[in-house]
Amino acid sequence: MAAGPMRMRATLAAGYTDVRVLMTHPMETGQRKDSDGKLVPLHFIQNLTVRVNGRTVVEGQISQAISRNPVFSFRLRGGAKGDRIEVSWLDNNGETNQTEAAVA
Amino acid sequence: MRAGLAALLALCFFIPRVCAQEGSQEIQRYRQMVAEGSPAELFELEGEALWKKRQGPKQVSLDKCDLGLGPGVVKGAYARLPRYFKDADRVMDLETRLLHCMTTLQGRTREVAAARVFGSADNPSEFEYLSAYVAAQSLGAHISPGMAHPKEKEAYEFGHTLYFRRAGPWDFACTSCHGEEGKRIRMQDLPALAQPKYAGPAIATWPAYRVSTSQFITLQWRINDCYRQMRMPEPDFGSAATVALIHFLTVTGKGEVYRGPGNKR
Amino acid sequence: MPAMNSLRRSLLGALLAALCKPLAALAAAWNKEAFGAKSAAEALKGIGAAGAVPSAELLIDAPQIAENGAVVPVEITSNIAGTTSIAVVIEKNPFPLAGVFEFKDGALPFVRLNLKIGESSDVRVIAEAGGRRYSASQEIKVTIGGCGG
Repeated sequence: MAAGPMRMRATLAAGYTDVRVLMTHPMETGQRKDSDGKLVPLHFIQNLTVRVNGRTVVEGQISQAISRNPVFSFRLRGGAKGDRIEVSWLDNNGETNQTEAAVA
Repeated sequence: MRAGLAALLALCFFIPRVCAQEGSQEIQRYRQMVAEGSPAELFELEGEALWKKRQGPKQVSLDKCDLGLGPGVVKGAYARLPRYFKDADRVMDLETRLLHCMTTLQGRTREVAAARVFGSADNPSEFEYLSAYVAAQSLGAHISPGMAHPKEKEAYEFGHTLYFRRAGPWDFACTSCHGEEGKRIRMQDLPALAQPKYAGPAIATWPAYRVSTSQFITLQWRINDCYRQMRMPEPDFGSAATVALIHFLTVTGKGEVYRGPGNKR
Repeated sequence: MPAMNSLRRSLLGALLAALCKPLAALAAAWNKEAFGAKSAAEALKGIGAAGAVPSAELLIDAPQIAENGAVVPVEITSNIAGTTSIAVVIEKNPFPLAGVFEFKDGALPFVRLNLKIGESSDVRVIAEAGGRRYSASQEIKVTIGGCGG
């Protein structure tokens, strides 16, 4: 199943760049039962990476305790209009997705 | 801070009113924080992309869709719905209007366009994405549905009747849950929606992202689900009855400042 | 002999492919042991934070009551100089460790995220700076649900 939409907003604030990234992911804990009463298997994002102009600035390891359809905010030092921000994720099934935005 | 909260909660056993107020303030804080980092924003962004996407046999986007303020004018349009539309000769809410544009502008048949009006957590529907986008463009506008046209007045009266009319196997009306002030089901307040002071804040926060099901829910969905909860037959998507109820509620809440797509538990 | 050469080439290709895979896995390391820990103490040990010292410079901004434990917004700022990572541990969750974020040069030690909290619990935050660990915590109460909006 193709990963759902992923979007990001990167805006200049006072002395830093605010990056908000919104992801589509079920973040299944492996403890939820579907309508047939069967356990839905563990399926969640494990890694996320934030890059600025190709350079990694944040590396996150997360668990199924992060809410479904995760929303993260990070702050980058300084930053200038046009900087290219890229956020990517990798889940426990080996699926990935990423999104890019230029700092506005 | 923690000791203070503990003391306060201890007081709750003796003075429930204290608990209600303090708890309510913290819940407001919770709601505000959720709104500031909500998945609803993803629906708005995706909805914008869908609005601009060429679809249907005519391969056009929705960006010439007239939501009441002229073709393609999205800003402020949601706050002016429901309203009468001459080209359809009926009162329409956002979702019926979107369906209208999908069929007339894009050439999609009603069967195809309305095949899946309500989505799921894993697979939201077009209407949900589009509703989020369009509604978000009315953030800060005063809610002012159409009220002058005879059909708008008729829809209001019809909605009013439906709100109060008891029917179905349980003899329920909207008033069965939403009839009196100060009622709740477990932790959910049940606003008395026939009163402006409750209708306003309610209508100002729809459509919304529902945290407990990770779904984006719309007013058509809400009316549909209320009918299900009342054990009444399922209303058709965009039917005169559903639009009339939505119109009644919106008129009752008119003047309220629209707060953009909301977040619900 | 041409057949042997092509066989060697395909074997070489397979070998290269096998070598490349682990590299990709390295780039996406995930602390299985710490994330699999079933107690907060074990989780903290797993990230080397057993001896973390409370610090008032590590700030948690979160509601005290969450209407729904499925989405609990938490904002964490570390004002401790030289912070290189922030970790989040939800005491009463079945698997307490929720996340570990490493900040390289170019990112501020700040993260805002939405957590799933199973029941009213302490949320503990650990910051690493200059090889030492610091902690802060806040209790978040989770209410029981209703019929929804």
